[in-house]
Amino acid sequence: MTKAQLFITCLGDQFYTSTLQNMTRILERLGVELVFPPEQTCCGQPLYNNGFEDKTRPVALNFMRAFAKSDAPIIGPSGSCVSMVKHHYPSLFKEGTSEHALAVDIASRIYEFTEYLVNGLKVTDVGAVYPHKVTYHATCHYLREMGLKKEAKTLLNSVKGLEFISLKEEETCCGFGGSFSVTFPEVSRVMMENKVNDIIASGADTVVMCEPGCLVNIAGGLYKAGSKIRAMHIVDLLATKESS
Amino acid sequence: MSETPTYIGFEEYSEHVPVSIPSAVQQATNRFVSGRAARVAELPQWEELRQIGSDIRLHTIENMDVYLAQLEEKVIAAGGHVHWAETAEDANRIVLQLAKEHNVKTAVKSKSMATEEIGLNHALEHAGIQAIETDLGEYIIQLAGTGPSHIIVPAVHLKKEEVAAIFSEKLDMNAPTDPIELARIAREVLREKFLTAEMGITGGNFLVAETGTLVMVTNEGNGRMCSTMPDLHVAVVGIDKVIPDWESLTVFLKLLARSATGQKLSTYTQFITGPRREEGEFGPKEFHLVLLDNARSNVLKDPIGREVFKCIRCGACANVCPVYKNVGGFAYGSFISGPIGAILSPQMLGTQAARELPYASTLCGACADVCPVKIPIPKLLLHLRRRVAQGDAFALPTISAPIHATATLASLALAQNWIYRLGAHLLPILNPFFRKNNWLSGLPYPISRWTKVRPLPPFSASFRNWWKNVPLKKRNLRDD
Repeated sequence: MTKAQLFITCLGDQFYTSTLQNMTRILERLGVELVFPPEQTCCGQPLYNNGFEDKTRPVALNFMRAFAKSDAPIIGPSGSCVSMVKHHYPSLFKEGTSEHALAVDIASRIYEFTEYLVNGLKVTDVGAVYPHKVTYHATCHYLREMGLKKEAKTLLNSVKGLEFISLKEEETCCGFGGSFSVTFPEVSRVMMENKVNDIIASGADTVVMCEPGCLVNIAGGLYKAGSKIRAMHIVDLLATKESS
Repeated sequence: MSETPTYIGFEEYSEHVPVSIPSAVQQATNRFVSGRAARVAELPQWEELRQIGSDIRLHTIENMDVYLAQLEEKVIAAGGHVHWAETAEDANRIVLQLAKEHNVKTAVKSKSMATEEIGLNHALEHAGIQAIETDLGEYIIQLAGTGPSHIIVPAVHLKKEEVAAIFSEKLDMNAPTDPIELARIAREVLREKFLTAEMGITGGNFLVAETGTLVMVTNEGNGRMCSTMPDLHVAVVGIDKVIPDWESLTVFLKLLARSATGQKLSTYTQFITGPRREEGEFGPKEFHLVLLDNARSNVLKDPIGREVFKCIRCGACANVCPVYKNVGGFAYGSFISGPIGAILSPQMLGTQAARELPYASTLCGACADVCPVKIPIPKLLLHLRRRVAQGDAFALPTISAPIHATATLASLALAQNWIYRLGAHLLPILNPFFRKNNWLSGLPYPISRWTKVRPLPPFSASFRNWWKNVPLKKRNLRDD
């Protein structure tokens, strides 16, 4: 039986319980035996991206130890958090140390959710039904650091009833940028508003993405703009069974 | 723009961006972005060219002393003069000295980032020498009294109506808003200057060490006028512009115009090797090359940070940067703006004055995707953030005390899952006080910096309990 470990991300943990439940359901429905290491907290990216490499190290160690108890692949619903572990953890530790070896090991078996479905399990149809006009925002780290250009769209393509609508400037950042959003709130605001305006102009009733952070930003922006467009994590869309 | 800024307040500027700037900037940059994409699509070997360009630049950075020595030797052999300027002041002094020796009253200038960097116009003005910018964009901002807001389109932040207003005021006329008419007016004014100026001042895009050749890539023809009409041509060029040979130049000429303006080749590409050799030949009597260091040698000591000197100043990174496109170039507080400015200024001016700049990016990575010489801009931003936050061999930390304290606490809490879980348990207490329509708004500082822009979902953190309490066979039910 295929085994995997759930990495829920701190943002997912704080704000998106139902998304995490849906991720669990989809994977278990596909026959994956899941482990959830409760010691996990955050990948440390907020500290790392602010330049505090020293202060990231203990957070990364906590993460690595939590997931080292099993050698199963690690699956997270965030291209950004997964990329942090995959691409930056090994650089945190000195080569030749046991921590570095562990970081390399952990980095080699962590996958973003859609990446794991499409490229790992070779599943492109999870049996979802979502008869709506859906547009897609390509989140930055998912797209550029993880290099995931087709996975989300492949999965959306198999959803019954779904009408896909291309988003203008699909690959332009929404202005979240982690702590960027609170360091430069006015720049973040105008970037978010541009993104929200493009989403509204698309004519879709749903916008979907693979990143809890960008989702918090875009969903909040749509609400503030008085729009009824639903902003969803792709996990939630893929878990949909009938029209909602 | 001549004085080195003591502090660049990106955030403060970003709160009061003049409303006309983003739309003017986006109009121009979007055109460049689609032009670039079209030219790149025509060239199947584009990615290979980028890699070769990157390799050559890295090689040159690592052997800069060798190539600079060769360059000097060849320029002198071609009859030119070479001056080494360690600082901006040195460079200005050298140019002023040359102007005095040649009795210069008026100097015509073509667009040059190096002379913006050292504030040469100010220095000339102080000495009573009229310096006239002859690139249309530079001419406009000189009239307006500002610095450039984009590497290749210095007046990108201005709309034609604003340019007409500047012309009307400064040239004492009633200028129309038609861009072609405006260019005609500028040309008329400038033509006379070209004919009377005793000195031409230019920058340079590349310096070919092999032959001591200054390469200028321009579109308006003014660069050629500046470098050929007056009897004295002075080029002020950063030492980072040196490249080994003509073979490498072919790579950069392919990369530069395509990345910058979406052209296969710019209208004018000039190769200047020394002054004119005999009467009747085209060109100035004297050619002087001022090689500008101005902190570059220091930056070159940092094996990570020095990758910034791979830059060929195309501006493609700014054209795709969603931050730059919404704040414009002045936010970066220095002669060079956009993502490349965010990694150059903190190194040239220091992480005290420019400590906000490495953070002025969402790390979206769009810049690195288009950089023709593959500068890993996000990686360098992170490198400089580390310099700001914790210091390194090149600088002491300059982060503010509250942010440092916050990071220390966060590190502690996130490394101990019981503290993290306690926090996650307590946060939902906030929900009832700030909740409206299933969103939280008006939260206290520092979360207020988030909620002033958009609301926050309620804190939930109930997955852990669900996982613990709901057995496997019931997890698939929807109403738990």
